[in-house]
Amino acid sequence: MPASRLWVVDVYGRVFSLSTAGQQWEQCRDAQMEFKRVTAAQQCCWGIACDNNVYLNVHASDLPIRYQEETYENQRWNPIGGFSDHLLPSDRWQWSDITGLKHQPLDSFELPSSSWEWEGDWYVDENFEGEPTEKEGWTYAIDFPAFYTKNKKMTSCVRRRRWLRYRRYKDMDTWAKIPSPQMETPDPFSDISCGGWEISEEPRGRLSLWAVSLLGKVWFRVGIYHHNPEGSMWEEVSVPGEVLQISCGPGDLVWAVLWEGQLIVRQGITRDCSKGTSWVEVESPSPDVGATHVAVGINTVWALTKDNKVWFRRGVDSHNPCGLGWISMVGEMITINVGLNDQVFAIGCEDRAVYFRQGVTTSELSGKTWKAISVPRDGDRSHSSASTNSLQSAGCFFSGEVRAHDSFISELISDREPAKTLREGGSAGPAVPEEEETLPSEGEVKALCADVAICPSQSGGPLDPQWSNVDLEEAQGQLAQTGAALDAADTSSLSSVATYTLAMEDPYGTDEHPLWAWVSGGGCSVDSHSHLNWFNSVNTSSLVGSVQSMSLSVTSAQTAAWRQQIFEQLTERTKREMDNFKHYEQAIEQSVWVKKGTMQWWRDWKPYKWIDVHFALEQFSGPEGNKDGILFIYYNFYEEKKYLHAFVNELTILVPVLNESKHTFAIYTPERTKQRFPIRLAAATELEMHDWLALLSVSCCHSRGIQGPPSKQAIWSITCKGDIFVSEPSPALEAMPYPTPCDQMFWRQVGGHLRMVECNTVGIVWGIGYDHTAWVYTGGYGGGFFQGLASSTDNIYTQTDVKSVYIYENQRWNPLEGFTNRGLPTDRYMWSDASGLHECTKTNMKPPSTQWTWVSDWAIDYSVSGGTDKEGWQYAADFPVFVFVFLRRKCKLTTTGPWQEIPPIALSDVTILPCTAQSNVDEVPLWAISNKGDVLCRLGVTALTPAGSSWLHVGTDQPFKSISIGAASQVWAIARDGSAFYRGSVSPQSPAGDCWYHIPSPSKQKLRQVSVGRTSVLTVDENGNLWYRQGVTPSYPQGSSWEHISNNVRKVSVGPLDQVWIIADKVQGSHSLSCGTVCHRLGVQPVEPKGILWDYGIGGGWDHITVRGNSMEPPRVRLPSLTDASAPAPRSPIPFRNMEVNSSAGDS
Amino acid sequence: MILETFMADDKDVLRDVWFGRIPTSFTLNQDEVTEREAEPYYLLLPRVSYLTLVTDKVKKHFLKVMRAEDVEEMWFEYEGTPLKWHYPIGVLFDLHASNTVLPWSITVHFKNFPDSDLLHCPSSSVVEAHFMSSIKEADALKHKSQVVNDMQKKDHKQLWMGLQNDKFDQFWAMNRKLMEYPTEEGGFRYIPFRIYQTMSDRPFIQRLFRPVSPEGNVHTLGDLMKEMDPAALPNDGEPKRYQVVIHGIEPLLETPLQWLSEHLSHPDNFLHICVIPTPTD
Repeated sequence: MPASRLWVVDVYGRVFSLSTAGQQWEQCRDAQMEFKRVTAAQQCCWGIACDNNVYLNVHASDLPIRYQEETYENQRWNPIGGFSDHLLPSDRWQWSDITGLKHQPLDSFELPSSSWEWEGDWYVDENFEGEPTEKEGWTYAIDFPAFYTKNKKMTSCVRRRRWLRYRRYKDMDTWAKIPSPQMETPDPFSDISCGGWEISEEPRGRLSLWAVSLLGKVWFRVGIYHHNPEGSMWEEVSVPGEVLQISCGPGDLVWAVLWEGQLIVRQGITRDCSKGTSWVEVESPSPDVGATHVAVGINTVWALTKDNKVWFRRGVDSHNPCGLGWISMVGEMITINVGLNDQVFAIGCEDRAVYFRQGVTTSELSGKTWKAISVPRDGDRSHSSASTNSLQSAGCFFSGEVRAHDSFISELISDREPAKTLREGGSAGPAVPEEEETLPSEGEVKALCADVAICPSQSGGPLDPQWSNVDLEEAQGQLAQTGAALDAADTSSLSSVATYTLAMEDPYGTDEHPLWAWVSGGGCSVDSHSHLNWFNSVNTSSLVGSVQSMSLSVTSAQTAAWRQQIFEQLTERTKREMDNFKHYEQAIEQSVWVKKGTMQWWRDWKPYKWIDVHFALEQFSGPEGNKDGILFIYYNFYEEKKYLHAFVNELTILVPVLNESKHTFAIYTPERTKQRFPIRLAAATELEMHDWLALLSVSCCHSRGIQGPPSKQAIWSITCKGDIFVSEPSPALEAMPYPTPCDQMFWRQVGGHLRMVECNTVGIVWGIGYDHTAWVYTGGYGGGFFQGLASSTDNIYTQTDVKSVYIYENQRWNPLEGFTNRGLPTDRYMWSDASGLHECTKTNMKPPSTQWTWVSDWAIDYSVSGGTDKEGWQYAADFPVFVFVFLRRKCKLTTTGPWQEIPPIALSDVTILPCTAQSNVDEVPLWAISNKGDVLCRLGVTALTPAGSSWLHVGTDQPFKSISIGAASQVWAIARDGSAFYRGSVSPQSPAGDCWYHIPSPSKQKLRQVSVGRTSVLTVDENGNLWYRQGVTPSYPQGSSWEHISNNVRKVSVGPLDQVWIIADKVQGSHSLSCGTVCHRLGVQPVEPKGILWDYGIGGGWDHITVRGNSMEPPRVRLPSLTDASAPAPRSPIPFRNMEVNSSAGDS
Repeated sequence: MILETFMADDKDVLRDVWFGRIPTSFTLNQDEVTEREAEPYYLLLPRVSYLTLVTDKVKKHFLKVMRAEDVEEMWFEYEGTPLKWHYPIGVLFDLHASNTVLPWSITVHFKNFPDSDLLHCPSSSVVEAHFMSSIKEADALKHKSQVVNDMQKKDHKQLWMGLQNDKFDQFWAMNRKLMEYPTEEGGFRYIPFRIYQTMSDRPFIQRLFRPVSPEGNVHTLGDLMKEMDPAALPNDGEPKRYQVVIHGIEPLLETPLQWLSEHLSHPDNFLHICVIPTPTD
């Protein structure tokens, strides 16, 4: 899980954040002013500053926020001037939107705010539905509105073209001001809360932002999503009373507190109506003491009452947003907040420390105990000067208005009774009740006053809001007492001096713990299992030291001197004690070791079924000391005892087929691969299966002399279950004319769970999980169920993956009731899987295996292709009396493997230059596509630092879906519309290249995936056709045309030798048909780059393969027939000089 | 390429420890009655095994030259010291014979069994009982016996058979379970260790010692020695008087104890540490 942040504001209005991976509060240095409140989401943080404006801080990402503006230029043909902008009166505007209804000339487009900048000027889009148009981008039609084509015909009377311009959000990582709704009558915001991102995934990054004004009105910010982070406008939401504070959860819960102490709950919040429709009132937890504060999560509501008591609302979920009743909790808090995963944070009323509620789980939402977060602030020693700087700059930043407030502080400081001053200073302000008593020493009373003080008067007069946070006054009050013998003249003239003194004299500075005023966990992704280093309370400075040294010993343990010493001495010992005595007899003779067990076996003859068998693995030492073994399956055949056996050195792969009903795995030999009929076995328990798999795997590796991590040349593949396999290629694998048959390849499993993996020849390997998380290979081996010896100790990390499980709810229409869940007896189940053949209800549906756990509830999936109605129903096209709704539930796998996460951008494709780098520190080009379709270029990737350092965004006019870089830095990509693009001028000097060249896809086909080898470019289209790009030369790298190679192809991987491997959709074996099979193209050579025929390897159930690490040149076989000059050499030199790759440097 | 030489894996240490061998020459005691002269017998002894478990061949060899009535229980002696079979072979060698010329010269006796010094060992089942009790004791220290008690009889057998037949994989397939611990605790409850000293009358030191201090600091070999046997550590400025030897090597004193326990323990799951005088020459 990538690190995320908890945001807090201290009593001085300084904003800090704490990383889930961190151990100190980091001050938000950028803050030019003090803040009252902040509310965080994962991608941004909103806040109300002391100037009462709302500010937005969008967290920087390597992916820029770009918005594409478009407008259409329309023309009509007339006999005199040809096409011109003289349109008929009935026609559309000369410049319009796509519908033609809205007039939008180029100069009508303005930047929405000062936070945006134009990326470039307007230009004509020359890509029309995946096809390149003529230079000027016109598309033609008979008339508006009509069907457009890219070709001008005799009947073409009108034409139009699309103009594009991008604007970019530039105020990343700084606080950008958001205009308030009513500048003229100042009713500034006093509370703000964001959430709602789980209501709908469309549009991406959608947020609900609720705000409360001092007069108790509620406002909703409309139109916030990824491409419009600021939102578009404030809309007032009517409320049944005056609201004090509001809280919006990640889902559809919104609660608010009224001044009178009751609570209101927003009803009717749905995917289509994120603002909700009405309010329902809920009584205060305590009849005598009103509520002051509420905090909501997904299925949880917490509240505080005026006496600082904490309350938990029982029985809240999205069906019953009001819950059932209040439960009193331990603790006295002044503010409370619910973060992600319903985790709870609060600020203690006595000590003003931030508390984390421990033990909050989905089954126990109220948690167990409060635990104070106790970590130092960054630069605690030097923070006073730092804050001085920021305050000084604040003084400079704000003109007149703020200066007045600052001098107001000065007065405050020079006065011994700040409260009185407050009243005097805020001359236009309301009469703050009981303000004279607000300088007691009891922290508790102060805390109570904090809420009282921000109350506006009931009359609704404008409040001087500047220092409405009483915490600030307290601090200054103390300061005044400690000795602000400052000259009033001095302070009034130089405001920053006053604040400087404030900081210097800060009574809570270095020695005391910080005093917090506000907390927001909306961006903080923790759960009850998270390992947090936040609670080291005893002696922070020494503890940080020791923790650091511990982490140091973890990271550098590999090279620690003590370890080195042990390795060296053991080697020395072996030399000393054994090297001269090898002729001595061993005390213990080697013998056979047998492990037995019982299992079920999917028998070889019809009718196929599971039968009980005895299973045994006999292991013995071979003649050269290598281990070998035989496995036996003893079964009964018509009362007769029989057995089946297989030599361990013949096994090519062990595939776990774990599913919820049986713990099965498959064993293949070359023969079984040809038959497409493996030995299928089922163990009694998952644990037993894993024990057997680990043992058999070790045994297989022993017999083949394979140990340690995969080599740099290794071929990686992934099954449809996400299991990762790796095979060591022999030089003969790509030999001509007799390569090693690929059914003989030995595959071993590597821990982890991925959807795709890509590698290159220097051993850089990246993977992408089902949840689109990017992972980099760490150089270890094992993990997962491989424990002990089959796994390396180092470089194995926890890996998680999330995928969705789908079920269908089906309904049939009948004339009386319309659609109901009453089907006909012959119908599919009312709750079913995709096929409709199996009944799958919400309750009986289990995660894919015991390794997976549910992490969300069933929810309707609206994002189905073909679209749904408002309730998510899809109508069966061919059978309209039937509707179904797609229900989706996410489940999560936690495993281990040699993978480390590369946060934060989610990816859908990645490619690494398959060239051999000259040294470990040479930068290796790596390109990727984000799961939103952005093209990215990774910087800082070397063999030593395979994770790289940061992303460089490469602009495109539309989302992309596949990318591949060839050995000569040729970058090819596939756009979502199915057309191909070639990236020009990519070189080590210009790693991102300069522009995209549009390459039309093969006629009537939408391309899906591309792979580029040394010179070959191959693509796969949506219909499973494999295409080879003809005519690619150094001077014309885009090539000339697509040539068809094969059909039934799901995926292609072209290696650095231009070798072609695919995942084939259907392969017929002698016993059965397999889908998802690894195949190798035979006969590929420079004169025949398309190859001749397929050789079939492991499968089915395979999803992905990459051969881009294998640059092992085959042995040069000189057959007699090939020695005469007329025949081409097996591998003639590459004809293109600048595409030549030094492939010998990679072998070591 | 420099990088790769550093990449030795901790798994290799387990292998090196398991496959450690001491070249030994067995000579029949002069006083034994023989029918003809007995040739010495040469053997590679596994450091992690026990003398009586791996000397069937030795016994067979000498019995060929002896009359049955002259043969009592076999025992071994090195330079006048009877060798305790219930200590691992490597410990016996490090304790009594390290820094001497190889092969290790052991004298074989068939009479005058030194009852005061040695335990009787009529069969390998006695070794098995001793071995298994050590494992159970170690797990009591490491996991309050939870792991070993959760194992089945056949699992115990697998550990023993692994040792008896020198099957590294078979042994470690099971032993890894005994080496697990909750990551949040940073190590075992207590480290099972024994410190042997040649110069002491006590057989060995064995007390409770945790891998991590209450403050959360990782305990090292040096911390353990300081607590258990401070005399073994060199004083500032003085020449080193003692060597702290495990499996014939001297790990640095800053080596984390938990790591040592996981990687340099004998199959009985104890870390056997020998404190021997530094050779003077």
